[in-house]
Amino acid sequence: MSLDEFFVTGEPLIYAGMVAIVLVTSAIIFLLTYFKKWGWLWREWLTTVDHKKIGIMYILSALAMLFRGGADALMMRVQLAFPDLNFLNTQHYNEIFTTHGTVMIIFMAMPFLIGLMNIVVPLQIGARDFAFPYVNALSFWSFFFGALLFNISFVIGGSPDAGWTSYTPLAGAAMSPGPGQNFYLLGLQLSGIGTLATGINLMVTILKMRAPGMKLFQMPIFTWSTLVTSFIIIFAFPILTVALALMTIDRIFGSQFFTLTGEGLPMMWANLFWMWGHPEVYIVILPAFGIFSEVIATFAKKQLFGYKAMVWSMILIAALSFLVWVHHFFTMGAGAFVNSVFSVSTMLIAVPTGVKIFNWLGTLYKSKIQFTTPMLWALAFIPSFVIGGVTGVMLGMAAADYQFHNSYFLVAHFHYVLIAGTVFACFAGLEYWYPKMFNHKLNEKFGKLSFWLFVIGFHVTFFPQYFLGLDGMPRRIFDIGPEWFTLNFISTIGAFGMGLGFAVFVFNIYYSYRTSQRETTGDSWDGRTLEWATPTPVPHYNFATQPTIRGLDAFVEMKKHNESTFDESKLEPIHMPNNTGQPFIMMALLFMSSFALVFEWMTLAILFLVGVIVMMVVRSFDEDEGHHVEVEEIKTTERQLRGL
Amino acid sequence: MSNQVKKVPTQHIVGFVLSLVLTALAVWTALGSDLSTAWIITIIMLLAVIQAGIQLVMFMHIVEPESQNGHVPWNMIFHGFVTAAIVVVGSLFVMVYGF
Repeated sequence: MSLDEFFVTGEPLIYAGMVAIVLVTSAIIFLLTYFKKWGWLWREWLTTVDHKKIGIMYILSALAMLFRGGADALMMRVQLAFPDLNFLNTQHYNEIFTTHGTVMIIFMAMPFLIGLMNIVVPLQIGARDFAFPYVNALSFWSFFFGALLFNISFVIGGSPDAGWTSYTPLAGAAMSPGPGQNFYLLGLQLSGIGTLATGINLMVTILKMRAPGMKLFQMPIFTWSTLVTSFIIIFAFPILTVALALMTIDRIFGSQFFTLTGEGLPMMWANLFWMWGHPEVYIVILPAFGIFSEVIATFAKKQLFGYKAMVWSMILIAALSFLVWVHHFFTMGAGAFVNSVFSVSTMLIAVPTGVKIFNWLGTLYKSKIQFTTPMLWALAFIPSFVIGGVTGVMLGMAAADYQFHNSYFLVAHFHYVLIAGTVFACFAGLEYWYPKMFNHKLNEKFGKLSFWLFVIGFHVTFFPQYFLGLDGMPRRIFDIGPEWFTLNFISTIGAFGMGLGFAVFVFNIYYSYRTSQRETTGDSWDGRTLEWATPTPVPHYNFATQPTIRGLDAFVEMKKHNESTFDESKLEPIHMPNNTGQPFIMMALLFMSSFALVFEWMTLAILFLVGVIVMMVVRSFDEDEGHHVEVEEIKTTERQLRGL
Repeated sequence: MSNQVKKVPTQHIVGFVLSLVLTALAVWTALGSDLSTAWIITIIMLLAVIQAGIQLVMFMHIVEPESQNGHVPWNMIFHGFVTAAIVVVGSLFVMVYGF
């Protein structure tokens, strides 16, 4: 293989990307060397097993991916702003809509939410870390290297170009030769390991490590949403793992699972993909519901209205999410009976979702609302998400779907639910828990500016797309006809508004770091749940003494009885896990093995895989028992943090 | 945790080796043997059941009810079967019969 087959050549935009990558990487290496920070990077971050630091790394990576996916989106919007614009050619456009979708779902939405879960869930249930801290580090590095593998495809080897759904036969070896599609398969497979492990980890943590006295129906609602989400992850992700493995075997070893020839079933890919894919959209929306519930309850200064109904509706949504997958391919041509069954089950999901909407409104009813930035995101979410949900029910009607299918009506619908649901929740959650992570709040003025820019930009971008869909504009076309010009142009203006909102948000992180007042109490928003009972910055063992839980909204009770998580009479040495570089090394080796497999260099792939197995053996006979934090150390830390 | 004396995880090693052997056997049955398709499918199904049993006993602590507060995790096993049923029956319903 010659060098110009290895690197992508002939695209000015991609050359610019290469230059940017080289510059940014050299800048990072220079800064780390100049400030002598390599040791700090290894000791404090790369080897950490602390759930709070891992969470921060997840969120940082997700923000980087939001930038990448957003840049893709802006390029597509520029191309679609005018008819016959030659900003991107067909091939480049196909690659960009593929990477935009994959990056946003797999490498932005999920890691962002998993990052928030990492930081918040152990604190909300009064635990000192995850049940398996080592596995947690492993999960993060598997996601990180999976994302890296997928992202380098645009400069090395060429990006996948068969859509984020990667339908066969188009994505098969016959019609998409070369490494592009392999990057998709192995990047997703690699990060999928981490997602599945996190699902198991979170479930065990929530079921086994709650503070004494906390019953399941006394858990904070975000923890409940995480528990339900981890159920979905555990049962849905194996389906994706198997489907990806089958297509990998098809492409690299020449089997015939999804091919047109040799009795392959191309539509079986769509079937398996959506059996995972539909539960997947609930994996990214249920935690968002949890975040909004916490934010709304806190800033409405009330207990969440209909807590039990909220929990049961989430469980019902999770169960139904496994029974609706066919609505993604109503037009495949299964008979009327099959389509009717899935049409009905799809519309059923609107019922528990409606229950949740009314419960949020019930919480807000007659309350004294504090209009902070996280609350603004939550308030904007409700009407925007309802628009997305109602159009979803329209798409769920099989007969009508034959008209809407693969048009911009669909594009507008899923952006309305995923942005108004998941992205708003990511911003709301980050701003809400920011003081717990970084010891200061984000500036409200810039926060509100970024909120208004983003929300107005969002509606200006996607509302016209419903009408473009009704005007017959299909999705995934790279060139628009003149009759679609006006609405597309408006849509592009909105997209730049969203981009500006994101830029202000990132600037706000820097600005607040410089100017915001530091937290003193740890209870930044007069919170209701246990995470606010810890001092900030949160000591690495979280809770000096675990509180005993007597009811819902544990911290409200604690404040009433004047209790804290630092009871000097009850102090005991705390058992904590040691840092380890093993997860990083193991996943780096697996990354190299996957990279070799992308180019079908078998010897190299096997060699690195042996390295991974050696690392597993090392782990299996590892006798690291962790360490104890002594009582004296806890006393000094807590007294200093609490100003006693 | 610190008072655990057992150092070599014998059960895990045996389970690991057995699952590798069973997998190799399944690969050989499909690719290397001269059996008829019906026999190949039967043998692979049988190997799969044994494989699942090994996973449950050797790795998933199903024979240690004390670690589950006295309960065997039937709940999760039940959900696993329901999901498997949805995948198999659902695929047949949608892809093969089609109505």
